[in-house]
Amino acid sequence: MKKEKTPMPEQQPQERIKNFNEVALGYNEEQAIEEAERCLQCKVPKCTEGCPVEIDIKSFIKLITRKDFSSALEKIREKNSLPAICGRVCPQEDQCEKKCILGIRNEPVAIGRLERFVADWNDKNKNDPGSSKKSDDSLENAFAELERIHDGNGNKNLNINVQKLQKKARIAVVGSGPAGLTCAGELAKMGYGITIFEALHESGGVLVYGIPEFRLPKSILKKEVEFVKNLGVEIITNALVGNTYTLEDLFGAGYKAIFIATGAGLPYFMGIPGENLNGVYSANEFLTRNNLMKAYLFPEYDTPIKKVKNFAVVGAGNVAMDSARTAKRLGAEKVYLIYRRTEKEMPARIEEIEHAKQEGIIFHILSNPVEIIGEDSFVEKVRCIRMELGEPDSSGRRSPVPVPGSEFEIEAQAIIMAIGQGPNPLLLKKIPGLGLTRKGNIIADEKTCRTNIKGIFAAGDIVSGAATVILAMGGGKKAAISINDYINSGIW
Amino acid sequence: MVKNDINVIIEKEDLAEKIVKLVIYNPQIALNAKAGQFVIIRVDPKGERIPLTIADSDKKAGSITLISMTIGKTTTLVEKMREGESITDVLGPLGKCSEIERFGHVVCIGGGLGIAPVFPILKEIKNAGNTVTTIIGARNEKLLILEEEMKACSDNFFICTDDGSKGFKGFVSMKLKELITASLNGTGNFPRPDRVIAIGPTLMMKSVCDVTRQYDIKTIVSLNSIMIDGTGMCGTCRVEVGTETKFACVDGPEFDGHLVNFNLLLARQNYFCEEEQLSMEEYKKENHTGACKLDL
Ligand SMILES: Cc1cc2nc3c(=O)[nH]c(=O)nc-3n(C[C@H](O)[C@H](O)[C@H](O)COP(=O)(O)OP(=O)(O)OC[C@H]3O[C@@H](n4cnc5c(N)ncnc54)[C@H](O)[C@@H]3O)c2cc1C
Ligand SMILES: Cc1cc2nc3c(=O)[nH]c(=O)nc-3n(C[C@H](O)[C@H](O)[C@H](O)COP(=O)(O)OP(=O)(O)OC[C@H]3O[C@@H](n4cnc5c(N)ncnc54)[C@H](O)[C@@H]3O)c2cc1C
Ligand code: SF4
Ligand code: SF4
Ligand code: FES
Repeated sequence: MKKEKTPMPEQQPQERIKNFNEVALGYNEEQAIEEAERCLQCKVPKCTEGCPVEIDIKSFIKLITRKDFSSALEKIREKNSLPAICGRVCPQEDQCEKKCILGIRNEPVAIGRLERFVADWNDKNKNDPGSSKKSDDSLENAFAELERIHDGNGNKNLNINVQKLQKKARIAVVGSGPAGLTCAGELAKMGYGITIFEALHESGGVLVYGIPEFRLPKSILKKEVEFVKNLGVEIITNALVGNTYTLEDLFGAGYKAIFIATGAGLPYFMGIPGENLNGVYSANEFLTRNNLMKAYLFPEYDTPIKKVKNFAVVGAGNVAMDSARTAKRLGAEKVYLIYRRTEKEMPARIEEIEHAKQEGIIFHILSNPVEIIGEDSFVEKVRCIRMELGEPDSSGRRSPVPVPGSEFEIEAQAIIMAIGQGPNPLLLKKIPGLGLTRKGNIIADEKTCRTNIKGIFAAGDIVSGAATVILAMGGGKKAAISINDYINSGIW
Repeated sequence: MVKNDINVIIEKEDLAEKIVKLVIYNPQIALNAKAGQFVIIRVDPKGERIPLTIADSDKKAGSITLISMTIGKTTTLVEKMREGESITDVLGPLGKCSEIERFGHVVCIGGGLGIAPVFPILKEIKNAGNTVTTIIGARNEKLLILEEEMKACSDNFFICTDDGSKGFKGFVSMKLKELITASLNGTGNFPRPDRVIAIGPTLMMKSVCDVTRQYDIKTIVSLNSIMIDGTGMCGTCRVEVGTETKFACVDGPEFDGHLVNFNLLLARQNYFCEEEQLSMEEYKKENHTGACKLDL
């Protein structure tokens, strides 16, 4: 058996920084089978313990070795309705693959890559008549495809028969991120009438406005959203709950329960001088312009973005890596990443850090911005201070402390703040008495996702704080089960 | 197209050169809209999201009224839309509603594209039992809108034009100063204003605040910063008010004008100037050929 994962073909760094196409190209059948055969089929598979939705990993991998890819997909779909997405964006090294027994001595089985393979294979070979276009990855075709799916008259990516289900009760879901989509899908399968209310003009939450095309092609998300719609879920976009619809409107319209999955969309800033200068973006703004609004295709698309010489990104999570890599693709000469701790502490997925380095992102570790300096209200440079790691704090992490007199400047015409996001208070403020944490997240029971207000449930980032796609999905699923219990029993 | 499709344009009217009024069918927004709030629209699948104030709403008819002044590509597209067509996306009502109370004597000022947004506030202010003095201003007579409607709701009504083609020749801030001085001298026929509400171009709001600051008259302005989502998610719309950074789309758009950092707002509004011009030029290029074909 090979010690290392079967490598996955990728676009070469010099090439890919010139386009927004997906970087990792995915396994072909031979590669997938080769990788699947590395799995030991453990009696007590540890991998499944590491997966927040407890996919029966060993079984789906076994099915791959038998070339029965559609059964493999069904196996995954028992637990996870968004495999093409999770296979791509889960932090596997901290989850399923972390627990894989092979990982003790060698590299773990590439579970994420296999999951992605199965989903993509199914998409290509079974239910997608338009997939012959797939190999031709010109943007034009991709968009034509998007349009077609959007119209709803192509692609029915369906394994499930949509019957005219006897609707048990109507449930409102607020937010169409992974938590909302999953909860809606699960409840629809149980026979509920579901409406998702989404503030933006497109569905998907962070998956559509945050995570870039080169990491998660929007066509894949579109298909997953279509899948949920085909289960009978109604999605109303341009619907900001709290404003367009009040909660009273929803209860009044006959919705029996409301699931809040509004995510962690409020951008944080550092509070340093110069932060409101022209050229300072929150990562949310920068990514939304490029992903949701397609500013990288300006002026074909109307939303602008400034293509400046140097960008600096503050932070080192997935959001920071996505911002830096997007900036590079806009044609920046230099893209700096400023982080106050060391590479070891970076919260981003390892794969993202590696990809960022390959693409020439310049890391300034142990550095922290203290001031943004501009002229004529335009950013020119960012003044930073060097940090060193001090004593471990209560969480056991060594906290960074500034080194006096060590200031230095980095020249950049745009600065992207990717230092974290909090819960958006807009809707929450309009629900009198709703229990919130000190940080403003909703307090919801871990098992039942119930809030302190009758009929209102919550999960995903709005409860946990910024976390991961799979955890949000897990939350959505738990909420669905709990909502069903509530509707059946009528007891709060 | 069915008349009662969501976001369909029920009625379109040219109010003045480059100023159009659109009545749009959207009962849900009409139901919850209050004075001072706005919507974000997108008129094209490749288009930008732009904010427009809800100039009026009719719960019964399920409609909202938008008044758009053409200044760039997106507003040009808005101007070109026809009755029966529908707007791709309309999100709202957004932002906080205006503070409506019985203040006493309120001066409502609308300049240029600010005349439309000041109208619904003026109506409510009047209904709340205030004495209302209205000043509207524009570059010239042709750009004045809603004159009769505003006049009907006001106790005192003044028009200003930069070129003197109608009413007072000069800026609204100059007229305001004149009125305040007169009221203080006892030469005017109305009392000192208790509050001023000013909506219009940023420089106009700034000059109004410069006047009222001297007399310590509380002044509310409505900030038109660049926006994307309008829900507090992106931070594009941030403005400085006092020592704090606020998001105009959710914390505003109305703020205490004496605390607003107008210079910052002006700078941020112009950040994408070059790109906006390019966008317009490209659009004109494309549409030149199209127009010729149509003309033949
Ligand atoms: C740039 C970026 C990169 C990331 N990369 C990864 C990664 O690689 N792997 C990973 O596992 N995780 C990643 N994450 C985290 C992950 O995306 C989130 O944890 C996950 O999306 C949370 O899901 P959610 O459903 O709780 O909320 P969200 O995805 O945030 O969705 C919430 C939705 O609710 C809508 N909404 C908010 N308020 C209202 C309202 N009042 N009415 C109607 N709709 C409303 C919002 O518009 C949004 O669409 C990343 C996050 C970001 C920002
Ligand atoms: C809360 C609010 C309410 C508004 N109400 C009205 C109204 O009732 N009627 C009206 O005619 N106009 C209104 N505006 C202004 C209107 O949004 C802009 O005129 C419009 O966005 C210009 O778009 P454009 O593509 O035609 O012009 P562009 O050429 O793109 O831009 C011209 C100028 O408009 C501003 N602008 C550009 N894009 C945006 C954007 N996405 N968001 C906000 N401003 C932008 C910038 O300052 C820019 O310099 C309002 C703005 C705000 C913030
Ligand atoms: S969903 Fe994520 S954690 Fe679970 S098996 Fe798939 S990649 Fe691993
Ligand atoms: S722990 Fe690893 S080797 Fe064992 S079954 Fe799971 S994937 Fe296979
Ligand atoms: S427009 Fe995005 S936060 Fe205000």
